Amino acid sequence: MPRKEIELPYRTEYLSILDEKGNVDAELEPSLSDELLLKLHRAMLSGRRFDERMLNLQRQGRIGTFPPIKGQEASQLGAVATLEKEDWMTVAFRETLAEIWRGKPMESFILYYGGFDEGSLVQEGRNDFPISIAVGSQMLHAVGIGMAMKYRKHPQVAMTFFGDGATSEGDFHEALNFAGVFQAPVIFICQNNQWAISIPRAKQTNALTLAQKALAHGMPGIQVDGNDILAVYTAAKEAVDRARSGGGPTLIECYTYRLSLHTTADDPTKYRNEEEVKKWEAKDPISRFQVYLSNKSLLTDEGIAALEEEIATEIQTVVDLAEKQMKNPDPVEMFDHIFAEMPPSLKLQKDEVIRNLSLAKKEANNG
Amino acid sequence: MAKMTMVQALNLAMQQEMEKDDRVIIMGEDVAVDGGVFRVTDKLITQFGEERVIDTPLAESGIIGTAIGMAAYGLHPILEIQFSGFSYYIFHQLEAHASRLRHRSRGRFHVPLVVRAPYGGGVRALEHHSESREIYYAHTPGVKMVIPSGPRNARALLISAIRDPDPVVFFEPKALYRAFREEVPEEEEVMEIGVPQKVREGSDVTIISYGAMMPVTLEAVEELQESDQVDAEVFDLLTISPFDDTAIAESVQKTGRAVIVHEAPRSFGPAAEIIARLIEKSFYYLEAPIERVTGYDIVYPLFARENAYMPDVERVKQAVRKTLAV
Repeated sequence: MPRKEIELPYRTEYLSILDEKGNVDAELEPSLSDELLLKLHRAMLSGRRFDERMLNLQRQGRIGTFPPIKGQEASQLGAVATLEKEDWMTVAFRETLAEIWRGKPMESFILYYGGFDEGSLVQEGRNDFPISIAVGSQMLHAVGIGMAMKYRKHPQVAMTFFGDGATSEGDFHEALNFAGVFQAPVIFICQNNQWAISIPRAKQTNALTLAQKALAHGMPGIQVDGNDILAVYTAAKEAVDRARSGGGPTLIECYTYRLSLHTTADDPTKYRNEEEVKKWEAKDPISRFQVYLSNKSLLTDEGIAALEEEIATEIQTVVDLAEKQMKNPDPVEMFDHIFAEMPPSLKLQKDEVIRNLSLAKKEANNG
Repeated sequence: MAKMTMVQALNLAMQQEMEKDDRVIIMGEDVAVDGGVFRVTDKLITQFGEERVIDTPLAESGIIGTAIGMAAYGLHPILEIQFSGFSYYIFHQLEAHASRLRHRSRGRFHVPLVVRAPYGGGVRALEHHSESREIYYAHTPGVKMVIPSGPRNARALLISAIRDPDPVVFFEPKALYRAFREEVPEEEEVMEIGVPQKVREGSDVTIISYGAMMPVTLEAVEELQESDQVDAEVFDLLTISPFDDTAIAESVQKTGRAVIVHEAPRSFGPAAEIIARLIEKSFYYLEAPIERVTGYDIVYPLFARENAYMPDVERVKQAVRKTLAV
């Protein structure tokens, strides 16, 4: 009748490969092709600039409320860069860059945050769910997708994103639990950006890490420097490979920081101090990656400047394209896509709107 | 044709659909080895294995949340929620995602799942085991809410629900699970969701009910025919939402009188919507105020008092007499 330590099958690790100054741990450094490294850099930079432009559009009143991603580019990109096109993904709402990498057109974001339902269209060939604003509810969908993949014996995996706040939701635990029980090929990516609107990470949970929550559900969990794209990529690649080969789910906590606002309706000066933000600005994921690429002779200042120009032109094209589509929405289309077949009771309501619209039009013409 | 209870008929519907279509799977608490606490999924694991009849952890939100992912991936999951009184755990996932994914993805994804749950009172059960709260689901756009009333229509409607491309909440009147047997054809039979069925032709008054209140209503109608020579027309709603009101509105235009019977609480209940539609479509034909016989706006009592809560034959007869007295 001893009293002794229980050996758990998994440990919780921490992984950092590229530090904030751009120094790399040569032993841990993943061997990525120059082409992929440059593609990742371009995507991160483009994601940052797009984010800034979206913020401007909101401040100018050209779109509505929108959640910026600034500071979290590596967390998102390092993870999705390990996926195949045929894999599936369910996201929360601060994964703009992950979605762009996976093929969602940039103009969709402008449309969506500009109040047009059309912006959440999932184009044929894309296997990603539209964003889920209800915090913590989308992880279960990835688990179900993973269970279905397993049932169909398909070689795909499902990746799901969520924030530190979501780990307090019941659905987070139900998702990890189901994934563990059914050994679903799912990769849980937690973007721990330290703040859930005004609630700091320490007030979400008394646990030392979020990654350790994997252990209670019988799966590996790892905490990585979320501003280090090499670390995120390495951890995600291991997890994806494990899931694809039947090894079940993994939880990855990307330790990062929300440099900007929760959404454009938020004022962080009310709850956090500037020093903290400055400290994290020094850990920026993009600048350290640029040092790394420069040290590898893959990138020059001139190269960055040319890229910046290219990206600015691209973003302008996207904005123009989106704003052209944002005029005169047909109200009647709000009745679309409720059911596969419109029931008679709904048809009556739609007809009522059509009648009122034509009446209003007639009155306007007579007036 | 075999005479079956509703439990057997529901089991047959699932067994036949699973045989035909490998997209159909069952998941829930105690549905596999145990065959469900009411044995509705009895022995299905023997035929289809644990890959398709899945005992899940005890987590309703987890059941529907994963089913949404499966459905979007191309499967047709049937979920069993052990009692409708515990279905509130599924509500968020149903409202925020199952009902919206078609709309949110602009038609790219849809969520063909069925939530089966026993509902209703009269079985001397524990707290949370007797409620009739179909209106929560009926009020959710993008969701169909179906309640059968007998073995034959339960089997046909469940097949339709499984094949439906949109989420269907399917409440089963547990009081009728084994209350009577009916001839259920071996060959496939489906019923259109959204269309009330006329179950009795009549001319004096239109009575609309559904689920476990159908036998009560029909018994009252027979007694009234006998004692008062009342010739009632009776509709079984079968789908709470969305339903086509054409036939019931026409019936009330013929009879000029209507009574609605349900065990759900009265205020904002199904009868309120039915009455509103009848007012819109048949107001000028009405000879008397529309009557409703319902449960009350209270916490469902424990079973020592449940007979006082549940609409019974006497209450239905009183309501019909009241409307005919005008």
